[in-house]
Amino acid sequence: MIKLTLPLSKQTVEGLHAGDSVLISGTILTARDCAHKRIFDLMKNNAPLPFELKDAVIYYAGPCPAKPDTASGSCGPTTSARMDSFAPKLFDGGLGAVIGKGEMSDEVRQALKRNRAVYFAAIGGAGALYADCIKSSVCIAFPDLLSEGVYKLEVKNFPAVVAFDCHGGSIY
Amino acid sequence: MRKINTEHLEQKIYEMALRAGVNLTPACAEAMNNAYAKESGQACAFALKTLIDNSKIAKSRQMPVCQDTGMAVVIAEIGQEVFLEGKPFAEAINDGVRRAYKDGYFRKSVCDPITRVNTGDNTPAVIHTEITAGDKIKLTFLPKGFGSENMSRLYMLKPAQGVEGITDAIVQTVSLAGSRPCPPVYVGVGIGGSFDTCAYLAKKAITRDVGTFNDREDVAEIERMALKRINELKIGCQGFHGDTTALGVSCEWAPTHIAGLPVAVNIQCHCVRCEKEII
Repeated sequence: MIKLTLPLSKQTVEGLHAGDSVLISGTILTARDCAHKRIFDLMKNNAPLPFELKDAVIYYAGPCPAKPDTASGSCGPTTSARMDSFAPKLFDGGLGAVIGKGEMSDEVRQALKRNRAVYFAAIGGAGALYADCIKSSVCIAFPDLLSEGVYKLEVKNFPAVVAFDCHGGSIY
Repeated sequence: MRKINTEHLEQKIYEMALRAGVNLTPACAEAMNNAYAKESGQACAFALKTLIDNSKIAKSRQMPVCQDTGMAVVIAEIGQEVFLEGKPFAEAINDGVRRAYKDGYFRKSVCDPITRVNTGDNTPAVIHTEITAGDKIKLTFLPKGFGSENMSRLYMLKPAQGVEGITDAIVQTVSLAGSRPCPPVYVGVGIGGSFDTCAYLAKKAITRDVGTFNDREDVAEIERMALKRINELKIGCQGFHGDTTALGVSCEWAPTHIAGLPVAVNIQCHCVRCEKEII
């Protein structure tokens, strides 16, 4: 297990290879289908984004509501392939990594190589276990989208596997 | 004639939905344990162990086992001697779903297909009814996640394609889905009927316990053959390349037209959640 603390340096990213098991700690941002569409609309209009893209880590996820006195409800990854059309442009804009599940496109793989970024696969279906890794959760954009809004999560020892590395390698 | 108040159905659906969101079916849990015990791929074994741990955490904390608490699919097999009284049937079902998704802290995942605006309470449920003999109601509650639903396919085969064509369709669907639907999957298959009935049969097939086979021997043989070929794909848990790509294949059939052979393949992820009750 490789312990990673966010944000990731380019040197750290270069040391990661497809298949490596990692434990991620630090700040990540959730965004899935609708949030990506809104982010792209903002970019199209040259409007400011609700978060700093540079070195950010986006988690493709839409959590369940948190029960009282808990940081998060169940919060496993969603299928990354639905974000294939959005990811390359975000990586070119400085995004450091994404976390999701399942294969992504070759265009995404090329964007990771080009920008020395990384795609982590979380274990799809392990929502309750991932909720345990989330220490705090705040909605920072698009609250009207409910679970599809952008949530800023503080995570500790979040288990994942390097799915696509920055050298063109893939676990799939 | 037996009178049943629909408020009773609402309460049953409420309780079933709350249980379903948190628990794997015992048959699914057993299949996952078996898959882990025999897994030779290191990454897949890690993923399977993580998922088994996850299901235990969900149970002990009474929280959703997966954040995709699904669209609520309800199958109501209603005996023809039952008289339903009280509020309209669909309203009762939806009221039960609405309350359960709120009280269970489940995700609300239902939206308008065009505007994508969330309905906010996970309704409407997908409700199927069948009129059966007798004076009982059999309720089945299946929270259906869409990572797997998205990977489903419907084929209108030629009759000449026969059993081989049916098996090829099942295997091709799982192969094309690859790592995306959260394998190991449970594969529901509808064979025959018309375009619409075969899709319903595929959904209904998922409600059958993992590890069981169709009563008809030739249909059970399709299930066994398809499962063998699917596991030879070596997609493995999460697509990390391993021994178990599917936990099972479940086929349901209906007579079809002389000109056709519809086959629907409905993919369910490893998180099989299904509650059944007879009232």
